[in-house]
Amino acid sequence: MSDHPPDAGLELLEGSTAIARSAITAGCRFFAGYPMSPFTSLLESMARLLPDSGGVCINAESEIEGVNMALGASAAGARAATGSCGQGIALMQEAIAETALNETPLVIFNMARNQQDYFQCTRGGGWGDYRTLTLAPKDIPEAVKHTQLLFHLADAYRIPTILYGDPLIAQTRIGVRIERLDLPQLPAKDWALDGSRGGTGHSRQVWTWAMGKTTEPGPGPDRHWQAIAEKFERVAAAEQRYESFRVADADTVVVAFGSAAKFTAHVVEELRAGGYRIGHFRPVTLWPFPGEALARATAGARNVLVFELNAGQMIDDVRQHAADRSAVRAIGGVSIHESGLSYGPLLDVPVIRERILAGMSGEPRTGTPVHDLARSLL
Amino acid sequence: MTDIVATDRPPEGAAEKVADFRPSLIVGEHSLCPGCGEPVALRILLETLQELEIVQRSIGVVGHGCYGSFVRIMDVDVLQCLHGRAPACATGIKRVRPDAAVFTLQGDGDMVNEGLAEVIHAAARGENITCILLNNGVFGDTGGQQTATTVLGQRTKTSLEGRDPAHHGYPIRIADIVSGLEGVGYVARGTVGTPRDVARAKRMIREALESQLAGEGFSLVEILTMCPTGWFVGAPQGPDYMEQSMAREYAPGELRARSAPRGA
Repeated sequence: MSDHPPDAGLELLEGSTAIARSAITAGCRFFAGYPMSPFTSLLESMARLLPDSGGVCINAESEIEGVNMALGASAAGARAATGSCGQGIALMQEAIAETALNETPLVIFNMARNQQDYFQCTRGGGWGDYRTLTLAPKDIPEAVKHTQLLFHLADAYRIPTILYGDPLIAQTRIGVRIERLDLPQLPAKDWALDGSRGGTGHSRQVWTWAMGKTTEPGPGPDRHWQAIAEKFERVAAAEQRYESFRVADADTVVVAFGSAAKFTAHVVEELRAGGYRIGHFRPVTLWPFPGEALARATAGARNVLVFELNAGQMIDDVRQHAADRSAVRAIGGVSIHESGLSYGPLLDVPVIRERILAGMSGEPRTGTPVHDLARSLL
Repeated sequence: MTDIVATDRPPEGAAEKVADFRPSLIVGEHSLCPGCGEPVALRILLETLQELEIVQRSIGVVGHGCYGSFVRIMDVDVLQCLHGRAPACATGIKRVRPDAAVFTLQGDGDMVNEGLAEVIHAAARGENITCILLNNGVFGDTGGQQTATTVLGQRTKTSLEGRDPAHHGYPIRIADIVSGLEGVGYVARGTVGTPRDVARAKRMIREALESQLAGEGFSLVEILTMCPTGWFVGAPQGPDYMEQSMAREYAPGELRARSAPRGA
């Protein structure tokens, strides 16, 4: 039996259920999706929970239809969302760009199979000058908070936002509390289509080209797309989020995102306890990337070790912002479970510890040998 | 008494418009070609919204084609959506605003080429929306290329010797396909080649919208529209050409009448 009394405020929930409930708490009233593992369990949760909350969940016949349904619901003023894993979100890219350019807020849940969607989330594959604000939670409780924050930011800026989850967040269970986040009140969506201004000369229009009506001309594509680009610059400046620890005196800083960062953070704490001068930096927003914070965190580091479960995607952003780009080295790699649906053997504490130690080679080994350290922690 | 206007010399004063029969919901000049049938279809659609007194709860979803420019001159709430995706966007709108009258405006390239899945799925789901297809059998906006509804033998810029089934395949009769699906409340095909046809097409639009308002499910009105520019014929020849080519492939009429008794 545990020495600790159970926390009465926690519920044991699968991540997908917790995220669905958080989305509904945030006011999400429309969801459309197409099954694809590990996103499937979020779709199932939405189908089960949304109707009782006065919402609608539609079994979209394709990802393309799902994202366009959500775009329509959003254009009509509802908080709307869709999702898939990276493979299905590849199909949605045109519509995601469209929501950025016609300013319909949209939340996209990328319940990804691994970390190979970093470029997809942060660069996107649609046309035009747009970005997608992406939050990468490290675990289910953070994903619950991020979900509400993403609906808020999508509405506040009228932009598409992405939750970059994974199988650990979608399909594992944990004790979690679903609470409404205290977020600022937003103005009413007077731009949303409800038909009420028809025939008045002031009817509304949602259009990527923003040319307006002959009675009330809009800015047109040139000025509209300049304004969109300026808006994303404002988002980039205002919405960077990160978490770092033990970087002040660190010779080595490990950089990781999402679930993987929970593993790397554990190893960094372990090594710190063993006397290594090592710190940890986790971008919480992948876009906007917290570049200035990374520069500060790596100011004294001789090793900036990037652990990501892909062939090297976030490392581009790390190299761009690290205090000394020659210190940046990849210690992750492609690692896929044989099913293709989740992570491979690289996401494991002993493997990560070994790679971090190897990445620190050249540094004076002042700490406890790692095998002794591991034993002392048991 | 009106003065008799002399016709043996140019008029002395500037010409003056004495009447405007444009419906009030059309708030600007369209920019489409002479002889185009699409502005006629827009007009009867907007007139019907007014006659049904649903203007202030109507939301249009407009796809991409020449008619896309109508979003600037229609005084109703409009979402200009991605090519082909209007029925999906209309689904999202209608599901969160069930009291709205939601219609799409799509060409054949938009609905039958790019968005074939969207319209069929929306119909089979019984989405309570009205899709208006403006079918001229050609990509008008890009200058006259073959679409999925181009009739056999028709010359286009991408079927120079005429649409040959051995190479280009056969046209799709989308209204016929949709009319066979469950979940559908009303399907009809009209044309705007003659005043009589315009009046018939307008009645079809009215039936479709009334079907939606009564919650009878998906409705589709396909309207054959003249595209003399894309057909490479003179503007005055448009209606006759349409009668002799498209209307033979796409027979006008109600393909699925409303099952509920009218006015009951």
